[in-house]
Amino acid sequence: MARQEKKRDVVIVGLGWTGSILGMELCNEGLDVLALERGEDRDTVPDWKYPNVADELKYGVRYGFMQKPRNSTLTIRRDLSETALPYRHLGSFLPGDGVGGAGMHWNGHTFRPMAEELELRSYVERNFGADIIPDDMTIQDWGVNYAELEPYFDRFEKIAGISGKAGNLNGETVEGGNPFEAPRSSDYPMPPLDQTVDSNKFADAARKMGYHPYPRPAANASRAYTNPYGMQLGPCNFCGFCERYGCLNYSKSSPQTCILDALKRKPNFEYRTNAEVLKVELASDGKTAKGVTYVDANGEEVFQPADLVILAAYQLHNVHLMLLSGIGQPYNPRTGEGVTGKNYAYQTNGGTALFFKDIDFNPFVGAGSNGHVIDDFAINQIDFAAEGFIGGSYISSGTFNGQPIRSMRLPAGTPKWGAGWKSAIKEWYGHSMSIGSHGSNMSYQSNYLDLDPTYKDKHGRPLMRMTFNWKDNDIRMTQFMKGRIEELAKSMNPDIMQSGYKSKGAMYDVRPYQTTHNVGGAIMGSEPNKSALNRYLQSWDVHNVFVMGASAFPQNIQYNPTGTVGALAYWAVDAIRKDYLPNPRPLV
Amino acid sequence: MSEANFKLNRRSFLQAGAVGTMLSAGYSANAFAQSETPHLSDYQPEYFTADEWKFIVAATDRLIPAEGDGPGALDAHVPIFIDRQMAGDFGNAADWYMEGPHDPDAPAELGYQSPLTPAEAYRAGIAELNALCQTEHGAVFAELDKQTKDAVLAALDAGEIKLSSTQGADLFDLLLQNTKEGYFADPMYGGNHEMAAWNHIGFPGARASFREWVGVEKPYPLGPVDISGKRG
Repeated sequence: MARQEKKRDVVIVGLGWTGSILGMELCNEGLDVLALERGEDRDTVPDWKYPNVADELKYGVRYGFMQKPRNSTLTIRRDLSETALPYRHLGSFLPGDGVGGAGMHWNGHTFRPMAEELELRSYVERNFGADIIPDDMTIQDWGVNYAELEPYFDRFEKIAGISGKAGNLNGETVEGGNPFEAPRSSDYPMPPLDQTVDSNKFADAARKMGYHPYPRPAANASRAYTNPYGMQLGPCNFCGFCERYGCLNYSKSSPQTCILDALKRKPNFEYRTNAEVLKVELASDGKTAKGVTYVDANGEEVFQPADLVILAAYQLHNVHLMLLSGIGQPYNPRTGEGVTGKNYAYQTNGGTALFFKDIDFNPFVGAGSNGHVIDDFAINQIDFAAEGFIGGSYISSGTFNGQPIRSMRLPAGTPKWGAGWKSAIKEWYGHSMSIGSHGSNMSYQSNYLDLDPTYKDKHGRPLMRMTFNWKDNDIRMTQFMKGRIEELAKSMNPDIMQSGYKSKGAMYDVRPYQTTHNVGGAIMGSEPNKSALNRYLQSWDVHNVFVMGASAFPQNIQYNPTGTVGALAYWAVDAIRKDYLPNPRPLV
Repeated sequence: MSEANFKLNRRSFLQAGAVGTMLSAGYSANAFAQSETPHLSDYQPEYFTADEWKFIVAATDRLIPAEGDGPGALDAHVPIFIDRQMAGDFGNAADWYMEGPHDPDAPAELGYQSPLTPAEAYRAGIAELNALCQTEHGAVFAELDKQTKDAVLAALDAGEIKLSSTQGADLFDLLLQNTKEGYFADPMYGGNHEMAAWNHIGFPGARASFREWVGVEKPYPLGPVDISGKRG
């Protein structure tokens, strides 16, 4: 029999970016808020202070700040006929755990999506016709448009403290920014970061090609900054230990640097760590949740009653909890019916390396969000009918780190070991750069999430099962980007150039790191039979459960997800405050 | 940044940059204490048996040989690093999901599926490889000449030698990955002795403060520091 704790107004599952945002905004509303975090408590000091955090082996290679598969993982297969096997150690993607979630170890690329991406199916049908959408492609509109979300993007950028350069201020094009972005109501709160050698060379070459480079919007502070919650950031020192690390310098936007110290001072906020939620407990009619059951640090089961349940865990864990709790009908890939687990998508990336034997790039001089970007081949710049694919990419260059175990780029054909390898690392370390494409990934009927029939977690619950593979549409898109990037790279006259892009027949490989931009599975939309959540991130079926995060994306955008995740959290909590709390009910 | 600014800033950077930021960021006095790093020949392995240790020393010596410019794996104490890793969390797969059923014949793209921990895979794989060398070449790996050692490693790398005892774990991949880790990781883990590998390539280690160097296209002049505060 589970121990029962005192009832709260709100219980939040997970204390990363969205849990912290919801916590702050609902505490400001006067509610009694409890956050349950499955991992450890964490803060800048002592967890990522200098010099201890500058440890590539512990954090970069052994994933010191990441989820431990022994405690939490999933199984993966590429199609319905394959037997899914456990993701036994981390590779392709790196979910966080602990206070701050993945928001403490990200690089900080903070984009807004294109307006067209939020209404993708309608945009494609309107401009190119429904018949260009492949039969198995299940892309949808989000149920919310850019104009509605704009104030919430603006809010998140000011809370997180983003450094960047607007390209479209209220419809006016601004030189030096992204001319293809949707209109912004205000500029970024800080000017862009200074840029490294590779980033500047890329921008020069792109301008010569007639493209429109702009500095990457960065959750790395370019100046001293105080946000609306009174939290302070200091200017980034380009330490070269950003992604996979906590920021030793209070420069990277994270729940810790932007929200948590202010939130922890509120008397109506409490958080418990090492508190892993097993299940959302539903009322007997299944229309509301009564609270959640979690396991505390001593291994004891606890029932935590609450009036409002916010799932603010990582995308994968939100969907897992919904499947385990019976929230929404599980998706069936054979019939296309059901919603929970539907439309899992990833990110379609590629890159070209350029070697210059006479240029000193000093790659250890790096910031997580360093770089210039072009959107000349972005989703709203491509004729899908003419090119034969739906999607787009941003193209960028800029060093994040020069850590030698992981970031030792060598020309193809270099021996992997022996005297040849040893001389090559001296010859080439610091003498290369790369240009990457970061692309959309569409959703498909056979890419989805459900419960695994075989493997269990340490609590005896079924692991979640991911079924995912690359599809021809997205491979055509990335091959198109390869052509554009290679033209650009050649114009820079490198001594050696080599490319890595997925080609036809590519099978999903869980081993090399690709990106922690897992999306979908609890998607938002405007029809209850096609999405798990309504436009306010509210469960269609269980109205006092709201589900934050990239699990709401119906397909993946061409950008890094956090800017959109942050904006959706502010959008949803505004609806909760203004509309739901006065009259709790399905909002749509 | 202009050349003039660069020179101006450079002086203050040299004075305050490396040491100054360390002291201001909560650097503890005992972190300066020298860690006891035994010489390779005096080292008593924690995990490997005497025969296994001979293999590790001999194999890493071929993966990163002493010949040519820069330290070899033995100069960098890579075997000490690997032994300590095997005795610790990595060797024991402490963070990994190891529940069955296991399918060692699974497609490689689905990742590590062996029931063995890395430490167990080393143990089984070294024994099998040594037995194979004994049969094929009349001696265990460590006693072969350089050319034969290289040929054996190349065959293992290429999959021409298949080890069944590791049950799907790839001994060569583990060994090469751990060798490079030991070469480049902070010296506190036993390898990268005296930061020799960082010096070899020009990586400044744990300095982690480069504000004045953003966009500067010339060689960085300072040598590495490690996490204990020692300068290379």
